Amino acid sequence: MPVVDRQEWDVVVVGAGGAGLRAAVEARERGARTAVICKSLFGKAHTVMAEGGIAAAMGNVNAGDNWQVHFRDTMRGGKFLNQWRMAELHAQEAPQRVWELETWGALFDRTKDGRISQRNFGGHEYPRLAHVGDRTGLELIRTLQQKIVALQQEDFRETGDYESRLKVFQECTVTRVLKDGDQVSGVFGYERESGRFFVLEAPAVVIATGGIGKSFKVTSNSWEYTGDGHALALLAGAPLLNMEFVQFHPTGMVWPPSVKGILVTESVRGDGGVLRNSEGKRFMFDYIPDVFKEKYAESEEEGDRWYDDPDHNRRPPELLPRDEVARAINAEVKAGRGSPHGGVFLDVSTRMPAEVIKRRLPSMYHQFKELADVDITAEPMEVGPTCHYVMGGIAVDSDSAAARGVPGLFAAGEVAGGMHGSNRLGGNSLSDLLVFGRRAGWHAAEYASGAGAARPRVDDAQVDSAAAEALRPFSAESEEPDDGPPENPYTLHQELQQTMNDLVGIIRREHEMERALEKLAELRARARRAGVEGHRQFNPGWHLALDLRNMLLVSECVARAALERTESRGGHTREDHAAMDRAWRNVNLLCALADPADGLTDGDPVRGRIALTRETTEPIRPDLLALFEKEELVKYLAEEELYE
Amino acid sequence: MSSYEARFKVWRGDVRGGGLEDFAVEVNDGEVVLDIIHRLQATQAPDLAVRWNCKAGKCGSCSAEINGRPRLLCMTRMSVFERDETITVTPLRAFPVIRDLVTDVGFNYAKARQVPAFVPPEGVGPGEYRMMQEDVDRSQEFRKCIECFLCQDTCHVVRDHEENKQAFAGPRFLMRVAELDMHPLDAAEESGLDRKRAAQDEHGLGYCNITKCCTEVCPEGIRITDNALIPLKERAVDRKYDPLVWLGNRIRRRT
Repeated sequence: MPVVDRQEWDVVVVGAGGAGLRAAVEARERGARTAVICKSLFGKAHTVMAEGGIAAAMGNVNAGDNWQVHFRDTMRGGKFLNQWRMAELHAQEAPQRVWELETWGALFDRTKDGRISQRNFGGHEYPRLAHVGDRTGLELIRTLQQKIVALQQEDFRETGDYESRLKVFQECTVTRVLKDGDQVSGVFGYERESGRFFVLEAPAVVIATGGIGKSFKVTSNSWEYTGDGHALALLAGAPLLNMEFVQFHPTGMVWPPSVKGILVTESVRGDGGVLRNSEGKRFMFDYIPDVFKEKYAESEEEGDRWYDDPDHNRRPPELLPRDEVARAINAEVKAGRGSPHGGVFLDVSTRMPAEVIKRRLPSMYHQFKELADVDITAEPMEVGPTCHYVMGGIAVDSDSAAARGVPGLFAAGEVAGGMHGSNRLGGNSLSDLLVFGRRAGWHAAEYASGAGAARPRVDDAQVDSAAAEALRPFSAESEEPDDGPPENPYTLHQELQQTMNDLVGIIRREHEMERALEKLAELRARARRAGVEGHRQFNPGWHLALDLRNMLLVSECVARAALERTESRGGHTREDHAAMDRAWRNVNLLCALADPADGLTDGDPVRGRIALTRETTEPIRPDLLALFEKEELVKYLAEEELYE
Repeated sequence: MSSYEARFKVWRGDVRGGGLEDFAVEVNDGEVVLDIIHRLQATQAPDLAVRWNCKAGKCGSCSAEINGRPRLLCMTRMSVFERDETITVTPLRAFPVIRDLVTDVGFNYAKARQVPAFVPPEGVGPGEYRMMQEDVDRSQEFRKCIECFLCQDTCHVVRDHEENKQAFAGPRFLMRVAELDMHPLDAAEESGLDRKRAAQDEHGLGYCNITKCCTEVCPEGIRITDNALIPLKERAVDRKYDPLVWLGNRIRRRT
């Protein structure tokens, strides 16, 4: 086996987006020597693509806002499936996390009296999103990046070494979490640049790898979103929660084909943009579900008045939660009222002056002008649903972000499950990263310092088998020649994306998901023969071959859980079970490896690798339930839950 | 509007050397150069190395040179070229090649570390920051930077002068100094740090002779030269030679 470089750290953070960097800052400030592993260059993570803002009930624009209102909105958006303690902590702590960014140098857009401005967004009762034009994610990542540099400068002054207490490993991928007995002992990974393997030994590992969108064909997600952290946790023995809930953002670009799926920010609607079908009708008024009837405008006139007088009018239905808007667009297109390229029209050009559009939505103006030759100040955009976010993820303890069942493993951000229930509200992602990134870093540091002298040991056999697994794509041709010819990883990836898009997409049907599972079994078998040419130095074919393992595992979780849940709720819509069912309200679906001993091998490709279990959720704490009207609760909660 | 076959020359090689390789490849409606590079990977050259991430012009990863001009691969549409034109894609010239289109941009991260961070004002707690929009506008323009490093690549101070890299931070990081210097609440001065002087003395502002090449290649349209570098030069000069400023500083320091 090749020689593998080893280093010792206290906390290893896998992922360098908003959650990972916030966790790293916290762990380092609490005294842990912290390593951050970054799949791309430092500062390029998918968080840069977040546009609209950070939801935090600071009450700067409407003083009526507070954490209780934010909590209510979050639970409604998630259709009450949220891990309520997470939603509570999130709503309470988000303002502190935003203000803290200012002390690290962030520059948000301002209100007239010099405070942080806040904008309207779908599902949020008050203007709540702290923002910087439509590039809030960039501001967030840059601020955290610069905070990390600031800490490194401090360390340099004290120790003469920038990286003595906090180091960023750029362009590295982790393929295994290593364990000593049931405890975490470190990670195994490779440098993309050189292909060299390395082991970071650490008692605590924080997973913050983001989402899974690259398993779908039409997605707003970047190449990094291959479900790495979800798979790492599964393989390490931690269960995933509610993987059936995948958010399709209602507004992605639909033309030209090469940019299909790229996000069109919800701010377009928050700032006044409207959706129209090919007949010019604002169709969203026809799609307000019963649970939201009292909260949304009945007429265009009322909706339009709301922007200036929100206290006496109700919001327009374009600002319903994302799952509702995505389904409505899907239905309009299916009914033959779509735009020329299979979407609907999103228009700001008739709603505000060109100058205002360019100031408030600069990236959108730029994006459409550059990529589609569309001037959004003069004509409508064409938009349609795009795979955007996974609500499901690693099952965690709400307060500590500790993964269930694996001591020393923590998870934060999109890769963690529970916070958003069945559907995430726009703006709640960036605040989630900050709130739970900090908590994960804090508890990982605490756990690591408790480990003390008895640091878990890295097992050589695990390192050897991880190295063998990573090298297998180079020997695909020589191994198991009877199985079939070597497979092109790019072809396998395209087939996987098409399968998930067509068969486990925005509207789901039982027989299609069964077909998806068969196809996934076939792809799993073929993926064992995924072969690559060339050598290990910056070889994208090899990287993709390794990422395929993760995408296939995660896709199976999504398909199995989606088949199991016979209702429609949030980011899970079944044509054959079209209604939300109160009996499912308190049911979590957990995915785990079918054969836990199978952790370090590939197992039998045909049998399927994931086993599902059902679990009843903890009852919502009475003082939190009391924040809602009884009439609203009866729409969501089962009879027995109401009278407990 | 239809598919056609385009001719590409793509630099392939590594630190030991390399050269341009010819490809003929399909191009469809609305595609950008990065789509074509991806098609080459999927069909002809699976190990062709390229950096990319968001494919939407927001992360600044896919910087390279197209027909000699520094650009983002994901924001360069194929429709800007003639169909019979041969398109040449090469790695950023100012940085060492790792493999194919991927270069070692470590220079930029080293320079980033040399710019002292934002200094929070004393006695102003989280939630108490008050700044007017017109006072943050200027720094906000610089914070649009996606760190694609095209400006660092094109700047003639380092493009063909490796020897200047030690002393010169490059447009991106001089702009970072300007951003902090114009931040309404940055308390560097109170802490004894003169950002203007540091720009001149430590980050090589004097090397810049305002040819505006950086502004021309910026995919975010940031007016680096006019809004960051020239004002910074003016302020640095004031600081250096203006006897009144000098005297004022002496007096203030004594109190």
